[in-house]
Amino acid sequence: MTGHSTKSKSKHFVIIGNGIAGVTCARHLRKADQTCQITIISGESKHFFSRTALMYIYMGHMKYEHTKPYEDWFWEKNRIALKQAWVSQVDTDKKTLIFSDDSTFDYDVLIIASGSKPNKFGWKGENLQGVQGLYSIQDLELMEKNSQAVKRAVVVGGGLIGIEMAEMFSSRKIPVTFLVREKNFWDTILPEDEAKLINRHIKEHHIDLRLETELDEILDDGTGRVKAIKTKSGDLIDCQFVGLTVGVRPNVDFLKESKIQINRGVVIDACFKTNMEDVYAIGDCAEFQEAPAADRKNIEQVWYTGRMHGETLAYNLSNSKKVPYQPGIWFNSAKFFDIEYQTYGFVPPIWGEEIESFYWEDSKGKIAIRILYQKSNQAIIGVNAFGWRLRHEYFDSAIEKGYHLEKVLGELGQASFNPEFYKSLHKEVLKQYNQENKRSIQIKKQSFLQKLIGSRA
Amino acid sequence: MKFIQKIGLVIFILALAGFSLLPFYGSYQLEKELVISETKDIHQEAMVDILQPMYGKVYTSNIKFIADFNRYFDGYNDELKSAEEWDKVIWDDYTFSLTKASATGPVSESPSLFLAVTILLGAFGALLYILPLYRNQPNGIKNDGIYHSSMKSRGLLGMITGSWLLLFYIVLYWFPAYLTNLVLMVDPLSMALSGNPASQWFLYGLIYTLAILVMGIRMFRKYRGNNYQTIRTASVMFFQLAFAFMLPEILVLFNMPWHDFKNIWPLDYSFFYDYRLEGMLGSGALGMFMLVWGIILIVVGVPLFTYFYGKRWYCSWVCGCGGLAETLGDPYRQLSDKSLKSWKIERYLIHGVLVFAVVMTAVTLANYFMEFELLGYATNELHTVYGFLIGSAFAGVIGTGFYPLMGNRVWCRFGCPLAAYLGLVQRFKSRFRITTNGGQCISCGNCSTYCEMGIDVRWYAQRGQNIVRSSCVGCGVCSAVCPRGVLKLENAGEEGRINDMPIIIGNKSISIKS
Ligand SMILES: Cc1cc2nc3c(=O)[nH]c(=O)nc-3n(C[C@H](O)[C@H](O)[C@H](O)COP(=O)(O)OP(=O)(O)OC[C@H]3O[C@@H](n4cnc5c(N)ncnc54)[C@H](O)[C@@H]3O)c2cc1C
Ligand code: SF4
Ligand code: SF4
Repeated sequence: MTGHSTKSKSKHFVIIGNGIAGVTCARHLRKADQTCQITIISGESKHFFSRTALMYIYMGHMKYEHTKPYEDWFWEKNRIALKQAWVSQVDTDKKTLIFSDDSTFDYDVLIIASGSKPNKFGWKGENLQGVQGLYSIQDLELMEKNSQAVKRAVVVGGGLIGIEMAEMFSSRKIPVTFLVREKNFWDTILPEDEAKLINRHIKEHHIDLRLETELDEILDDGTGRVKAIKTKSGDLIDCQFVGLTVGVRPNVDFLKESKIQINRGVVIDACFKTNMEDVYAIGDCAEFQEAPAADRKNIEQVWYTGRMHGETLAYNLSNSKKVPYQPGIWFNSAKFFDIEYQTYGFVPPIWGEEIESFYWEDSKGKIAIRILYQKSNQAIIGVNAFGWRLRHEYFDSAIEKGYHLEKVLGELGQASFNPEFYKSLHKEVLKQYNQENKRSIQIKKQSFLQKLIGSRA
Repeated sequence: MKFIQKIGLVIFILALAGFSLLPFYGSYQLEKELVISETKDIHQEAMVDILQPMYGKVYTSNIKFIADFNRYFDGYNDELKSAEEWDKVIWDDYTFSLTKASATGPVSESPSLFLAVTILLGAFGALLYILPLYRNQPNGIKNDGIYHSSMKSRGLLGMITGSWLLLFYIVLYWFPAYLTNLVLMVDPLSMALSGNPASQWFLYGLIYTLAILVMGIRMFRKYRGNNYQTIRTASVMFFQLAFAFMLPEILVLFNMPWHDFKNIWPLDYSFFYDYRLEGMLGSGALGMFMLVWGIILIVVGVPLFTYFYGKRWYCSWVCGCGGLAETLGDPYRQLSDKSLKSWKIERYLIHGVLVFAVVMTAVTLANYFMEFELLGYATNELHTVYGFLIGSAFAGVIGTGFYPLMGNRVWCRFGCPLAAYLGLVQRFKSRFRITTNGGQCISCGNCSTYCEMGIDVRWYAQRGQNIVRSSCVGCGVCSAVCPRGVLKLENAGEEGRINDMPIIIGNKSISIKS
């Protein structure tokens, strides 16, 4: 070994899972090394597609082929082999995979990126026809089949996939009852004001939103199909479809028999290494031994983190110098029906004494911004925005460098990412701040010429 | 509301059926006097003779009338051609004017009534359908069910619509005589505007403008709450109505050449043709202004505005072709091909047309200034070829007829030489770009799907790269449909505009260049 690189000729990297994590890793492996062999295996689909776009297929915004981020020729051109099959076992001693049809496949390096699967909590009736979660293409196909002749659908679980499912049905004018265990929608993540804003918007879309309501059991119509559900408070709701969207868990059951250490997910260190030599895990299925940062969980289940895991592991596999996974400022986004949500930095649902909050909501109650900052020095630590697109680059450095709250408020115009000609909201925000705090911060005025040529600075 | 919409739809379909059947209605009778008044002096004698057998005969359909007309007329010409008596052959086409003059019957008696029950009623029905759209619904993206719709996803309805459009354009460009009744019914309107009877182009202009206005209102409904879309749509509606439709007719009323002040060479490919130049030069100060204004737009207007705002200032704010694409064509925007292959074809085709237009114009001008000594009248042949292939077949028939098959910007993307010119400026010297918002893209594909220009927006967005493609017309729809707020059309400093090696924000372990 020359010690410079661990690249060796025609090493075979085998990746289980063609989601964002596995595919990103494969792409960057190929970029770093033209000679290695790369195979991606997935049972769900031959080609990589965007899981986040499943709802749009159902709603008729797109077809399946539109959700593929790369054209089909891309894989061959980059010499990334694709194999559609289900892995049923991993034999780390022989370095081989065993498929559901008992055929085998050897690897030199194994990367597990097998994603998640929907949670089920052992409810009575959870396996009836017309009861399902939403994660894969097959789930979507089933949902298409199950939604024929549905007069009412019940969606259980007030999270991101739950609200997507409600929107899906509502796009087809199928009435929806939405059961949320918490006091307000997604309030384990959102502060109360924001959660209530979304409550209102859900109702505006004629969804029968039932807060603080839990599923008790699902009732059979006698033929093995769902006919109704019962809530814990005893209400019966007639329905022909029940969506179970109560979170996801790592999809690792096929590894149970192997020597790879599993807890909730595949247990890994900060460099994505499992307990077994040459076996790594990334994406939704991976569980860090130690959370990667103070504000992070041990299992990261979003698109962006999957991508970053993939990038970082590819780097480590093609360089002798290993770097631990070190995420930057947290960010995330979602869309609740028509209201877009973006968040940057640290905004928990409730915060401690040392933190203060500034919150503004427009008069119609559909646009809002919250900025959290340190009481001591007024450095901002996080922001939530609803119906208001913000510039990632700006808030990434504002939070990283701890900009003073008033500096950020004064610069909200430039920090906004809303389309041109949208109403400028920052003036109203500033007005409220100045009133509340008896301050008189001004916005930097743009000259007519600057406005005319659309200058940002 | 649903009920009113249904009535609107029924009215629209009936009016459209009336419009499509009207050409076959009424009778035709040719008289010697008509031939004398409709033909040029030098042809009068011959034409009166040729058409002799038709006088006094009542034809019950335009098909029979035109068949007879062609029989006699072509018979005469064919004989001369085979005898090689080229100077006696009549090259002028009198089919349309004589058919129109010979029309008798209800349409010529009460044209306004027929205008009212076809075109105007159709517009009314369409508005009844459109105005209640999305009522009582919150603002937002209204793309539900597009791929379940036969009309919008290349289903049967789409194919029927496309075929109708294709047929309409073919008849309009090459067999206008069959449209006599339709032209007759807009005669009074044309007389009122320009003091002249209508041609098939006036009819076309009227329908075109109404289509932009009515479907523009649909845009207001569909994109309610999106100010960029609203303002941009209002702009194309205004430019079509005022600059493309009204103003040229008013110019004609004052004996000026018909002129569309917002049309720019080389889209306006005949701008430097000798008859246009002479028309402008012979029309005093205003004519001179037309010429100077046209040239300023080409050499200063295009580069300057495109530098500051990108090609969108023209393509999706001003242009008539763009105007129709953005209004009538909006339901079909998702049908453009996003493959790399189509991008390659696009670049060859559009720049090929640009070269064709530039060479043709250069030759024409050289010839003109050398007082036709260079090539004589051979440039006319070139003009005919361009006019047929590009001006009519590509821009019209394919450009619009293919909306339901290949999306609403087929012409703008593959054929328009002005778009090619604007695009070159936009790509290499402009402040316009679509900024990608850090690492927020989830690769969902909405942006690429709804890009009418077939740009694979997601390709750039998911790697954190700004979009600076020459073909982007700045319609802003990619930005509108993005569920994660990733895309923003902006004009800003050139620094950092093109980021070939972007770094996606959010991962501190490494700096990954996509
Ligand atoms: C409906 C929906 C909407 C979402 N929206 C968002 C969003 O807006 N933003 C966001 O950040 N996140 C979103 N997420 C979460 C996000 O999609 C996931 O975090 C991400 O896709 C995980 O990527 P991954 O590569 O780890 O795994 P996956 O994308 O799950 O890919 C794993 C693949 O491996 C395959 N596989 C698993 N086991 C085997 C086996 N034994 N043999 C063969 N193949 C196997 C699976 O079939 C799957 O195809 C959403 C998820 C869903 C379901
Ligand atoms: S890239 Fe966006 S703005 Fe440009 S043409 Fe396509 S959809 Fe319109
Ligand atoms: S629509 Fe937005 S999130 Fe979806 S692929 Fe395009 S840029 Fe990315």
